[in-house]
Amino acid sequence: MSFVDSICHFNFNPAILISMMNQRPLHHSDSPREHLLHRLYTLQQEFLHISPQAMQQVAAEYQLSLGQVVSVVEFYSFFYTQPCGRFHILFSNCTSCGYLSDEQDLLHLLCQLLQVTSGKTRHDGCVSVHETSCIGLCDHGASLLVNGLPITRLTEEKITQIAQLVASETPLLQWPAEWFEVHNTAHQRSLLLTEYFLPGSAMQKALIHGKDETLAEILRSDLRGRGGAGFGTGKKWQLCQQAPGHAHYVVCNADEGEPGTFKDRMLLCDHADALFEGMTLCAFIIGAEQGFVYLRGEYRYLLTHLHTVLNRRRQQRLLGQHILGQPAFHFDIEIVIGAGAYICGEESALVESLEGKPGIPRIRPPFPVTHGYQNQPTVVNNVETLIAAAHIIVQGSAWFKAVGTEESSGTKILSVSGDCQLPGIYEYPFGVRVQQVLDDCHAHNVQAVQIGGPAGKMIGAADFNRAIGFEDLSTGGSFLIYGQHRDLLAVHRNFAHFFAHESCGFCTPCRVGTQLLKNNLDKIAQGRGTAQDITEIKQLSHLIRHHSHCGLGYTAANHVLDGLQTFPQALEAPLQQHFSAQFDLDQSLESARQITHRDDASAHLD
Amino acid sequence: MAMQAKPNTISIDGQEIAFTAGQTIMDAALAAKIYIPHLCHYPGLRPSGNCRLCVVEISNRSTAACITPAVTGQEIRNNTPELNAIRKTITQMLFVEGNHICPSCEKTGNCKLQAMGYYLGMLDDHFPQFYQRREMDASHAGILLDRSRCILCDLCVRASREVDEKNVFAIAGRGTDAHLIVNSSTGKLGDSTIAVTDLAANICPVGAILIKEQGYQVPIGQRIYDLHTIRETALQENVTKEHHEK
Repeated sequence: MSFVDSICHFNFNPAILISMMNQRPLHHSDSPREHLLHRLYTLQQEFLHISPQAMQQVAAEYQLSLGQVVSVVEFYSFFYTQPCGRFHILFSNCTSCGYLSDEQDLLHLLCQLLQVTSGKTRHDGCVSVHETSCIGLCDHGASLLVNGLPITRLTEEKITQIAQLVASETPLLQWPAEWFEVHNTAHQRSLLLTEYFLPGSAMQKALIHGKDETLAEILRSDLRGRGGAGFGTGKKWQLCQQAPGHAHYVVCNADEGEPGTFKDRMLLCDHADALFEGMTLCAFIIGAEQGFVYLRGEYRYLLTHLHTVLNRRRQQRLLGQHILGQPAFHFDIEIVIGAGAYICGEESALVESLEGKPGIPRIRPPFPVTHGYQNQPTVVNNVETLIAAAHIIVQGSAWFKAVGTEESSGTKILSVSGDCQLPGIYEYPFGVRVQQVLDDCHAHNVQAVQIGGPAGKMIGAADFNRAIGFEDLSTGGSFLIYGQHRDLLAVHRNFAHFFAHESCGFCTPCRVGTQLLKNNLDKIAQGRGTAQDITEIKQLSHLIRHHSHCGLGYTAANHVLDGLQTFPQALEAPLQQHFSAQFDLDQSLESARQITHRDDASAHLD
Repeated sequence: MAMQAKPNTISIDGQEIAFTAGQTIMDAALAAKIYIPHLCHYPGLRPSGNCRLCVVEISNRSTAACITPAVTGQEIRNNTPELNAIRKTITQMLFVEGNHICPSCEKTGNCKLQAMGYYLGMLDDHFPQFYQRREMDASHAGILLDRSRCILCDLCVRASREVDEKNVFAIAGRGTDAHLIVNSSTGKLGDSTIAVTDLAANICPVGAILIKEQGYQVPIGQRIYDLHTIRETALQENVTKEHHEK
């Protein structure tokens, strides 16, 4: 396979970005008001938090109960009820773009330099430093968002400079512009990333062939959802088309929150036309007049670009009334921006969030395809799926099916990061071996690969000949590489903390179980685990996996079950041979010592 | 499947029962006087599926009986040692997540969480306590809200919306930060429209919502679950009936 290296620069001009960050997102002219999440975002920007008075005001404006507004504010990570700093810094805690870089704790370093406690706003209101789940910059090393803008490739030196700029309250506009650059690097291109997509080309073909033939072409291509679950895309469109309803909707799930995934960032930058055209095709087939892109809050900086493309497409009559002169074909797309909640990647939680509610997965069935947005038939598809659909209509299903495997036609775009020399985006025909990817990204001495992110599968060298595809290793695209030097227990702890933080809290097994799992792994890492803890972890993992309400719970314990099977040493090596108390008796007296202002020898147990 | 299933019939632990269209497995089971353990389900209120006590198995797949429609031919496993062990663990999870003070709680003996523990043979908490700080609200003259004892079953939320038509409660926050909130300008119960006679004030399965000034009217030892198992009482519960009779 030839090695193709191309770099797409998406240059971020901070001036444009900053004005954009303050601009209210556009909304569809038919909507009576802007989306609740957008209204709350504006308040958060203006007052650095959302006060009880602001919540009451919003409840009155939207004719909602105060309880609903409060529950939305408290559900999403990017809304705060206490004021954030004027510089609000969010460090990713993912294993690839996280703040632990070469054993250096960059978050701790910045907090020290700025005299601020992580998670708390400094008393003068200047700065707050928090951690957040993966921000999709894994190919850029340690990264953070400052007031929503990405700064990548963090080093000790850069942190020192950031501390100085914050301390002097230098406006972001005067920070080095190159810090805000995000490069989309595709190291391997196949079907989707090599074809140029001419705006309108798929729709023109669809109009010539008609709805039925266009749907038949998608069905013939055997295109399956690229989010990982792999439901047949044509089948989904067909079910939605047939479902009765007052209106039909098409929704693009651009909430790629699985740690280690960043391919949508590139697709939204460089392939927005194909994405919007895929949505328009779907609308044509199912009879939708309204579409939504649900964009993760971490990618808000892509909004200006997306609006530019949408506006151009309206001018080209590819969106809006009478698309391409068709008297009865009207369709437009609105972008709704999330506010920091991994669970909103689950399609029914996403629909709830679109409706301005907390992202709690619905009872299924019924599925969104028959009862989705506003209880109407709704197609929810991944970014990559919709782009593939647009290309299939232009190139034909044979073009697509010629590539891939029996059960997985076409290609998969992987987000490769972690311990390798060439992190970035790789597109392969389905069926590619894990070892091939590792060779291409120059990963050596690999201990483990986490396929599909924390919710996916952890494999070791014995499985590197396995293939990416729905019949073997299904993945949404995250491909995290861990070298021999990595402490896999730390990786498991990272994932367990992630799920405990992102659990929506609706059902007991996931809400409490993910916390217990986290506590168990922390206990082992602190050197207080015993063989009994491994038994506990296994039992707990099975309970969470089989008895939770939704996909987050089903998958939250995968990593630790895989780890125990493939890398048992990582968890078992730190175990104590004899029973040890699960808490530190002396440490437990700390609060008593603080209250009594004592720290003498007799205030300690030893 | 060996035999053709009879129409509108499901089987629970080998016992065939009839169901009517639109019923869930829980509805059909309760109507047939078969007990599937549950805490967040209350006949007559819209099911939620959050507590997960009612997990049953159909073809080795776990599902919550209260939100799963009954479908002809389903072969459901319910009262098995494996599922009851899972239910016991889930009950223990609810105990350690909150701050439950059974010996000094006014609800003791009338508490469904406690009764579930008895029913499932729970002898200890098993897991370390979370010791979460949760807010108490004593602002209402007639009703006490102690979030320490809340199990997030959502019954008061639904009762207030669906039966009382007041929408007094909601759940906010994510993960273990999830907590009950009061829909009033101050967030206090005293400033809400709740009344002591509302279903929402009386439906709490645990001691999170207590009616004031009627403590210990029934002596410990003579309370509901001192005399009956939760299985026996659950088979008689029906909110629509009770409420219409009021």
